[in-house]
Amino acid sequence: MQLIARPTTSRRLLTLAPLAAMAFTLVAVTPLMAWADAPIWKAYAELFIGAFGGALPITETLTRATPLILTGLAAAVAFRAHLYNIGAEGQLYFGAIAAVLVGGMHGGSGFDLPVYVLFPAMLVAGALAGALLLAGPAILKTRFGVDEVVTTLLTNFIALLFVSMLLDGSMKDPLSMGWPQSVALNPDLELTKTMEKYRLHSGFFYAIAIAGVIAFITARTTFGFEMRAVGANKVAARFAGMPVNRITLQTALLSGALAGLAGVFEVAGRTGYVTLDMSPGYGYSGIVVATLALLNPLGVVLAAIFIAGVLVGADGMSRALAVPTYIADVIVAVALLSMLVATMLSRYRIQWR
Amino acid sequence: MALELFDTIASAAFWVAVLRIATPLIFGTLGVLLCERAGVLNLGIEGIMVAGAFCGWLAVFNGASLWTGVCVAALVGAILGALHAVLTVWLALSQHVSGLGVTLFATSVSYFAYRVSFPKVSTPPTIQPFQPLAWLTDVPILGAQTALTLLALIAVPIAMYALYRTPLGLALRMVGENPSAVEGQGLSVRALRTGAVIAGSAIMGVAGAFLTLSAFDAFFFTMINGRGWICVALVVFASWRPGKALLGALLFAAFDALQLRLQQSGGGVLPYQVYLMLPYLLSILALVLVARKATYPQALMKPYRKGER
Repeated sequence: MQLIARPTTSRRLLTLAPLAAMAFTLVAVTPLMAWADAPIWKAYAELFIGAFGGALPITETLTRATPLILTGLAAAVAFRAHLYNIGAEGQLYFGAIAAVLVGGMHGGSGFDLPVYVLFPAMLVAGALAGALLLAGPAILKTRFGVDEVVTTLLTNFIALLFVSMLLDGSMKDPLSMGWPQSVALNPDLELTKTMEKYRLHSGFFYAIAIAGVIAFITARTTFGFEMRAVGANKVAARFAGMPVNRITLQTALLSGALAGLAGVFEVAGRTGYVTLDMSPGYGYSGIVVATLALLNPLGVVLAAIFIAGVLVGADGMSRALAVPTYIADVIVAVALLSMLVATMLSRYRIQWR
Repeated sequence: MALELFDTIASAAFWVAVLRIATPLIFGTLGVLLCERAGVLNLGIEGIMVAGAFCGWLAVFNGASLWTGVCVAALVGAILGALHAVLTVWLALSQHVSGLGVTLFATSVSYFAYRVSFPKVSTPPTIQPFQPLAWLTDVPILGAQTALTLLALIAVPIAMYALYRTPLGLALRMVGENPSAVEGQGLSVRALRTGAVIAGSAIMGVAGAFLTLSAFDAFFFTMINGRGWICVALVVFASWRPGKALLGALLFAAFDALQLRLQQSGGGVLPYQVYLMLPYLLSILALVLVARKATYPQALMKPYRKGER
């Protein structure tokens, strides 16, 4: 078997690849559904209805897509520059806890500052917290050559334990009766709900706007060009006089900040406080989102909505047909693997000999 | 305080715990080492350990013998390894992302299967795990260990011999350093790498099975808890040598055991999370310490395509 590079990558193949991968994914998980004694067609119908069948499912899906857009962007930006940030989960929690640190009702009232000061301060604090958490592994990479994959994976555990410590200590909600939960966020800082009775909040639209900004930065600015150059060929980038280490660090700060903002938006838009189960692995799913989107910032929005649809739809299916909710994680994982293969096949063809 | 610390370290019970904590790490590092020596990073380890822990335990729960459970875990590990090998060696995909994909896949399928098999249980069902070996009871420290720990200790010299004293071991090390040279010898790069990843992943499966069949008697969610990632770090620390990997695993386990003792005895001085953080911080520190002189296998993470330079 040989892989032969296709002389040109056709647009049609590139658009077909994600669709083929999705179709394969849905077929590949049917044995698991059958094992759980679910009627296959009904299961897929429930999955779709649960995700997109009506105003409530759609708003739920978009709400769930909000943190995924941001962690997806975090992964896309970093992976583009060949900085493998697997630590978005920890960065998300750091962003969330920093948001509450600035905007929480400490001692019943919190900081006595006007909202137009506190709100931006909250955003900056969350972004900064995420950025700083990734700065550590990034510096270890540029200064000592330590592989960032392992260090960012390990910082996830450290970050979660650190947040857990704060939830037991100084950030603890005194009214939570022993439940590890942070003090509540100042209600004035919460993102506005877009519609009565639904949980969808303005954070979703901010996330799309941020995706637009990131798309502009990567495609139209010098920094974006440098990021892509470092990712494509580090040696050539250095030869062209680019400060590779500084660009790697800047990319890390941007990526970490995006993941941190995901945490801020979750607290300000959805939960109102920090708990240790506020993210069902959004950081890891962000990598799947970015891969599905071929690291394209605008594609991230679509991929995030798709993954969110799978997660929300699986919840609905699980309630209706008693299929364990873990089916959602299986679908996400299979989608990642089949997307990798599909992208490869759109660029190379296989020659059997 | 210092005297107390000395008493802890000098006690046999402490070293019994160290060996128990080290066992999955020894298996895990050997598995990672085998893959990486052949030039393939296998981040699937975390998920392969989960799958090994679950499948081995499930087999025993359904009436199979303990050793059959270990074999099932190895087989499941090998199958997941084959998946990783197809993606990285045959299709030349990013080893980082594909490894993470294998981890996500193996973990989620294991959790799904657990929930389908036991829909309503709240306390995890238990099995009769491995017991300390009867003919070893008089030996201090080792007498309290199970057959799997012994197997881990024996596996290290076997791995050393296989890697450094056999033609296959030479070919395996060479394929991680200079695949073109291997091809020049008329050996298949693909076959060697695929074999190494499958064998390494089978060992990772056993690493997971130790937790459910020997250390504990049930399967819990999050029971692997980053142990796989720690193994990846330990292999760098051991500069890809089996002997040093054993040393690293024991050293790491000693710190972990010490951390547990301190947490129990010095309770209240520091939040318990600080102690739990130590293993992860230690792993990062280990990586930094050796980073300067780390001699990575030259072809690690580089996919090999025939005829390409």
